[in-house]
Amino acid sequence: MKLILDQQHLDLMRNHLEENYPHEACGFFSGDDEAQVRDVGDLWTVANKSTENLKRRFLIDPVDYLKAERRVTENQTNLLGLFHSHPDHPAYPSKHDLAAAQPYFSYIIASVENGKLGDVRSFRLINDEFHEEEVIIKPEKNIS
Amino acid sequence: MIKVFIPTPLRKFTNGESSVAVEAGSVSEAISSLASAFPEVRQHLYDANDEFRKFIRIYVGDEDIHHLDGPATLLVNGDDISIIPAIAGGTN
Repeated sequence: MKLILDQQHLDLMRNHLEENYPHEACGFFSGDDEAQVRDVGDLWTVANKSTENLKRRFLIDPVDYLKAERRVTENQTNLLGLFHSHPDHPAYPSKHDLAAAQPYFSYIIASVENGKLGDVRSFRLINDEFHEEEVIIKPEKNIS
Repeated sequence: MIKVFIPTPLRKFTNGESSVAVEAGSVSEAISSLASAFPEVRQHLYDANDEFRKFIRIYVGDEDIHHLDGPATLLVNGDDISIIPAIAGGTN
């Protein structure tokens, strides 16, 4: 399993996660889903609406979720998954991530250490267990 | 008929359908009807006590059923309901 991100998507994610440090931050992404390879074409941020400790929890408002589904329907693409940060924690799923995990989605988890983006990993829930998928960053397109 | 919106993660259990039409007079009946038509989706909607799972929200139009009458919320012909996975998590 592979997840391909453009450098621009990585930069957008980095900016959002670092700006919100030390709080957890999150967003969605969509794109092509071909066999074992997912190619991200769009990535956007959403607010962390958790009412618990924002340094340790994130929650996406159901209305923001419905907006995400409407966005991908309008763009005739697929909602592939979501990203969120683990401030000063490793980029691996926690028991809280597993408890709320949905099948199909790719879960990008990014470690933010001392305010700077660290490891970026992605996982999919298969038979109630997370399995890591390879994250590939495509270089920026050269505009001449 | 009631149109039930199926979120992306559950569509592999509904033959890829993004919405399913059911005959129902309440939210409870609508979701039960969906689960009868697509048995594989049941485990993702109900917990061991046969109640809606904690991480699933149900909306009637733009309103969370928690703000209405819960699963007993009555529906009328033409209502749209949405199944919404609660997207949450965090560090240990």
